[in-house]
Amino acid sequence: MALKKKDHLELYRQMVLIRRVEERSAELYQAGKIGGFLHLYIGQEAVSTGIVSVRQPQDRIITAYRDHGVALNVGISAKSVIAELLGKETGISKGRGGSMHMADVEKNFWGGHAIVGAHLPIAAGMALGDQYEGSDGVTICMFGDGATNIGFFHEGVNLSKVWNLPVLWLCENNQYGMGTAVDRASAVGQIHMKAEGYGIPHSRLEDGMDIMKVREAVSAALDHIRSGKGPYFLEIMTYRFEGHSMGDPQRYREKDEVTKWEKSDPIGIYHRYLVGEKIATKADLDKIEEAIEAEVAEAIEFAEASPDPGFETLFDYMHTSKE
Amino acid sequence: MAIITMRQAISDALWEEMERDPKVFIMGQEVGVWGGTYAVTKGFLDHFGEKRVRDTPIAESAIVGAGIGASMVGLRPVSEIMTINFAFVAMDYIVNEAPKMHTMFGGQMSVPLVIRTAGGGGRQLGATHSQTPDAIFAHFPGLKVVSPGTPADAKGLLKAAIRDNDPVLFIEHAAMYQVRGEVPEGDYTTPIGVSKVQREGDAVTIVTYCKGLQLSMAAADQLSQEGIEVEIVDLRSLRPLDMGPALESFKKTNRAVIVEEGWPSYGVGAEVATRLYEAAFDYADAPIKRVAQKEVPLPYNAALEQFALPQVEHVVAAVKEVL
Repeated sequence: MALKKKDHLELYRQMVLIRRVEERSAELYQAGKIGGFLHLYIGQEAVSTGIVSVRQPQDRIITAYRDHGVALNVGISAKSVIAELLGKETGISKGRGGSMHMADVEKNFWGGHAIVGAHLPIAAGMALGDQYEGSDGVTICMFGDGATNIGFFHEGVNLSKVWNLPVLWLCENNQYGMGTAVDRASAVGQIHMKAEGYGIPHSRLEDGMDIMKVREAVSAALDHIRSGKGPYFLEIMTYRFEGHSMGDPQRYREKDEVTKWEKSDPIGIYHRYLVGEKIATKADLDKIEEAIEAEVAEAIEFAEASPDPGFETLFDYMHTSKE
Repeated sequence: MAIITMRQAISDALWEEMERDPKVFIMGQEVGVWGGTYAVTKGFLDHFGEKRVRDTPIAESAIVGAGIGASMVGLRPVSEIMTINFAFVAMDYIVNEAPKMHTMFGGQMSVPLVIRTAGGGGRQLGATHSQTPDAIFAHFPGLKVVSPGTPADAKGLLKAAIRDNDPVLFIEHAAMYQVRGEVPEGDYTTPIGVSKVQREGDAVTIVTYCKGLQLSMAAADQLSQEGIEVEIVDLRSLRPLDMGPALESFKKTNRAVIVEEGWPSYGVGAEVATRLYEAAFDYADAPIKRVAQKEVPLPYNAALEQFALPQVEHVVAAVKEVL
């Protein structure tokens, strides 16, 4: 499907928004305003932005703990995201979830999940829900390379084929599970080949830094699944420019490797494409960047001024009804 | 009132709930073609079909994980774990996913899932297949844990669990499916989190649940012949734990024995005794006694296994000790 100029600008806007939210979040973390873990999505923006841009409203999306990208892509405001990072009542999860647990069910985004691989069987169950009700929705389940070595992965992927569930297994291969390189943790380097063992069609997108390629690959996979052919497994190669979480000394990789990958910055690639193809002017894109700068600054202001959850609300969401 | 077995009561509850609500379905190992390893779901597949009676791989994480996912998107699954001993391989889902979803995302999601399983010893199944680890599961806020001791409560509690919007772990006893009892006619539910006086008396309060109720009732008959009338409080739910009737009874008898099949360390008896002491220390005329399993992995040898399990004579002796 051809994109109009405004669509391109919107995708560019989302990628810049993710980048800026992450950069400012890192500062807030350093300033001690964000607690716990903070897993930045910098470098991987083309992946989530591409995926979310080609899904239909009935397609559910669920991801792992590196979830700020998807959160912003589905339309959770920077205010709600940053307020959640600051643990505020105005956060998308009311300050209960933090960085790793953002969701917006109304936008069919079913969370950030932080036990590695555990959300795969859950995603299978969500896809079962759609199959059961006769919906043509697809559940898009994103996970990292590290998740493909744990038992949950194999149970979930196997079940999806046994029941022919409408689920897209989408492996974001950023090449490290925390600090352990794929070839030190996975018996096969081509992670999508694991789907072969379950009779699930699969492919790998070598260039996940180019949003146009991501869109094309994900669209094809979604079409396959929506036509009733059952699950599909797509591996997308990408790279995170920052550490696993804040305070990661990154002893497991060379500076040169990071520098090399930074040359394929997904935002830079898209910028060159948009200007090169004369889809947008540099001025158009500058304007977006300025607007994002202001939007994120305003979001931080909002989040900092927001109230903490009241102590009287501690038990509010333990059960669906208060006893 | 009809007199039926525990097996029939549980089967009837499932059947009636599936007839009542098309969103209710069951999944687990051998629930379909086999008819349930304890024959609870015999005839279900023919009547309800494969969509609603789903045989699964031997993959407990997938069984509970997919149940969580399906429940999050609006279905009402009953995930069956063949025995509670296999629940350990799905531990993450039972204690770390299902009970967290509602609270962690600020109330956006709910998990109306029932996990049905059977525990208990006495069937010569060896150390890994004979446990009563109920207290472990009851440790986690957000998860409701019920374990009935009579057919009437089994039916009413299972119906209540299926209609509940929170995750419920429903623990049956593998050696109690033939136990018979009166069951009310028609549709009824038994409230979760409400304990019940199953036998009135004034000498000693026995607090128990599940198989312990059987032992305690038999002990009560023997004691009655000696003129000792015990009062038996059946907890029925371990979380939420309703201490009301037990406390009221303890304040009347001033003596208590707690009967459970699991190991005493960190167990149900430890919890109940503490709560009685905390709330009614001044009422105690004797130290509270616990009757429980000897602290050893259960052996295969029948006599040795029975020697390790709590017996009626232990309950009788404990009652006499506190008198």
